[in-house]
Amino acid sequence: MLTDTKDKLPPSTGTPAERLAALRDELAGWLPGEALVTRPETLRAYECDGLPAYRRVPGLVALPSTAEEVARILAAARWHRVPVIARGAGTGLSGGALPDPDGLLLSLARLNRILEIDPDNRTARVQPGVRNLAISEAAAPHGLYYAPDPSSQIACSIGGNVAENAGGVHCLKYGLTVNNVVGLRMVTPCGEILTLGSEALDAPGYDLLALLHGSEGMLGVIVEITVRLLPRPESVAVLLAAFDTIPAAAEAVAAIIGAGIVPAGLEMMDNPAIRAAEDFVHAGYPVEAAAIVLVELDGTPEAVDAAAERVAALLREHGSAQVRLARDPDQRARLWAGRKSAFPAVGRISPDYYCMDGTIPRHRLAEVLAEIARLSKDFGLPVANVFHAGDGNLHPLILYDAARDGELEKAERFGARILELCVAVGGTITGEHGVGVEKLDSMCVQFAPAELECFHAVKRAFDPDGLLNPGKAVPTLHRCAELGAMHVHDGRLPHADLPRF
Amino acid sequence: MPCADPPLEALRERVLEAADRAAPLEIVGGGSKRFYGREPQGEPLSTVALTGIVRYQPSELFVTVRAGTPLAQLEATLAAEGQMLAFEPPHFGPGATVGGMVAAGLAGPRRPWTGAVRDHLLGVRVLDGSGRLLHFGGEVMKNVAGYDLFRPMAGALGTLGVLVEVTLKLSPVPACTRTRALPLNPDEARSAMGRLWGGAEPVTATWYDGETLYVRLAGEEPAVARGERRLGGEALPETTTLWRDLREHRLPWFREPGPLWRLSVPPAAPAIRLPGDWGVEWAGAQRWLRSPAEAGAVRHAAAAVGGHATLFRGGARKGEVFHPLDPALLTLHQRLKAVFDPKGIFNPGRLYTQL
Ligand SMILES: Cc1cc2nc3c(=O)[nH]c(=O)nc-3n(C[C@H](O)[C@H](O)[C@H](O)COP(=O)(O)OP(=O)(O)OC[C@H]3O[C@@H](n4cnc5c(N)ncnc54)[C@H](O)[C@@H]3O)c2cc1C
Repeated sequence: MLTDTKDKLPPSTGTPAERLAALRDELAGWLPGEALVTRPETLRAYECDGLPAYRRVPGLVALPSTAEEVARILAAARWHRVPVIARGAGTGLSGGALPDPDGLLLSLARLNRILEIDPDNRTARVQPGVRNLAISEAAAPHGLYYAPDPSSQIACSIGGNVAENAGGVHCLKYGLTVNNVVGLRMVTPCGEILTLGSEALDAPGYDLLALLHGSEGMLGVIVEITVRLLPRPESVAVLLAAFDTIPAAAEAVAAIIGAGIVPAGLEMMDNPAIRAAEDFVHAGYPVEAAAIVLVELDGTPEAVDAAAERVAALLREHGSAQVRLARDPDQRARLWAGRKSAFPAVGRISPDYYCMDGTIPRHRLAEVLAEIARLSKDFGLPVANVFHAGDGNLHPLILYDAARDGELEKAERFGARILELCVAVGGTITGEHGVGVEKLDSMCVQFAPAELECFHAVKRAFDPDGLLNPGKAVPTLHRCAELGAMHVHDGRLPHADLPRF
Repeated sequence: MPCADPPLEALRERVLEAADRAAPLEIVGGGSKRFYGREPQGEPLSTVALTGIVRYQPSELFVTVRAGTPLAQLEATLAAEGQMLAFEPPHFGPGATVGGMVAAGLAGPRRPWTGAVRDHLLGVRVLDGSGRLLHFGGEVMKNVAGYDLFRPMAGALGTLGVLVEVTLKLSPVPACTRTRALPLNPDEARSAMGRLWGGAEPVTATWYDGETLYVRLAGEEPAVARGERRLGGEALPETTTLWRDLREHRLPWFREPGPLWRLSVPPAAPAIRLPGDWGVEWAGAQRWLRSPAEAGAVRHAAAAVGGHATLFRGGARKGEVFHPLDPALLTLHQRLKAVFDPKGIFNPGRLYTQL
């Protein structure tokens, strides 16, 4: 039972290191040898996720193979009061899976089985360590697929997708992870297994299924997920349009949405991103363009033809001298190639890059990009912009060199300013990558103390002992006070008249 | 608060005063869904003074609106711009408000293809039981900062707080909408719905009343026309009010007396053996049942196929109306409720006896 279990816990004794040792001994008693990592060399493999600027070697790593093992491990960790950090594939970009030297890193990688594909209900029941793309591959023989497609989809786990509420290129039309998961099983910090959601279209009670999405391993450990599958669209078209100015490209994006068209994907890249991508994959992108817009349309052949014609006309009307249309899979893949490899492409032109993830109201796009360009000059660090234009989710990539003294800190300060800007125009500090450890300070800008207090209270409701991924995702009120960050109210900074950006 | 907001201040005072006395409040919008859930209790707390569309720019595909705004008024404003709420919410009465619609969390015929209320909710401002005005989510499509405390407001029936303002995602009204009617027996209807659920035709609603399967297609005209050819059957006039009448439970099928159950089940779940009349929506996922069967039997039958059952209308409201939760999950519900409503003043017992 969830209630009053706190009373049954023995008083905390020993140092954190002693408690961890006691847990290790207990787990060694029943977990198969290869499921427990204690050797320092092997522990180091888990020291960071996809945000390598933060590293900590975990005290202990467990790799359970069943939900029951997960439950038993959590119960044991709680008994010894050892913090537990869940980890999927470790591709997270905000340090959510950053280990604790006195904690247990719980890898879900071995829970990697697809349990059931149900073509009649269009669902797949899978374990959390299954890779995102593996679900679509398994569903393909039935003509079905799983829609949310983060760029990391060959590597990231579906459990990590739920914990971050991951998005992808196709989320504009098909929604985020939260809109495509119908049920899950989670283990509470006491080691109890709960079922949320159902295979029906809704479930009784509060929508805890939604609450678990984006909860960053702080509320429970997800051990099984049932996702909705969609029929593969019969027909797909991709359009690429080049623009001489960013405002023109932004206008074109607004016009497409305004015309009542819902593309499957609507992406944009600025000139530095275009050049980097073109150098890398030779996708045939126009390297002189200030921006390119990529539009994917899907549906029945009739619907796609009609929409493609309208979109092409709108792109031209808004000043694109060059609109390319691809219908067959090879041509389409070529147009997408540059966008899909944009991050690694930028990685080639700079020793390091820092990927930001703010979301803004779409109509502020041109203005925000101009401001980022100005900040880039101020900080003396170049930026390449790649973004989900359709839903206003920006990924400015700040180029820096960690080997140079102070440059990482500078990049982080620049990043924080970009996020402040996103909040100031009515947006948010993270669209899909999560807060983790990276954006704790920026949370103080977005939320008032009352909301932060609520988040902490919700955390206590699920995890009264505070042992699941402690210290992540929600800053303490104390931290915000120390930082002196200004909470931006209603999209208005205090003293908005003062020059700031 | 940036500016004086007298209606909100008045609500806040009432809430604080009620919290002081631990006196239950019944949050009321238009009262159109008072029939839903367990028996309402408490002094009425009206939201109808909180009106108005706060922000609406059609090309941004969202609208921010105060909770007491009439749903009909919002829908008319959106329709004038060729937009709509894709979850097709039922009104169940002329006074329905936007806040009540979100709190009830009910969606109409389009739900299986476009998502529920929660899938279109982007943010809320909510007044909690300590008088705090809390803002969760926002006005952008993607937002993972902080826990998702806005989506759970949909369907919470006001037990977590008073919705003050909500932001909803919008969709364009399809260029073309048509309805086909196919006379089918129950077995044929079930396999037809199965094919529609798994297929690529632009279906946006189905209704089977025991004799005829009605299918709505919507989208670009050529795609709709192809769907019509493949479906066969007979065309209903484009002016048909069938779907609105279905959504509002005004079809003759819904007018028969007796308790009305709603069974929410996996779409392909087999036929459920319970006595009574069945009306099937959502490609099989929402099954209405008018039946004299015992509550326990109905719940058992729904759970046996992976679903749940709600005593939707016309039944006893003293016991549980919604499918009982298992004890560990109920405890979690109680703790979540306590975060927002420590004195238990908001719509106590409306969702579950112990909430
Ligand atoms: C090149 C690249 C491109 C990317 N592109 C995108 C993109 O397009 N869209 C996008 O949204 N993200 C993207 N990401 C970020 C990342 O892939 C996603 O956040 C992904 O969902 C993380 O999954 P993971 O399995 O790697 O999780 P991890 O990094 O292992 O963990 C992430 C968080 O989830 C928690 N967690 C993991 N598994 C569980 C579980 N079973 N139960 C409870 N908590 C758990 C962890 O504690 C941590 O807080 C990208 C990353 C890279 C490196």
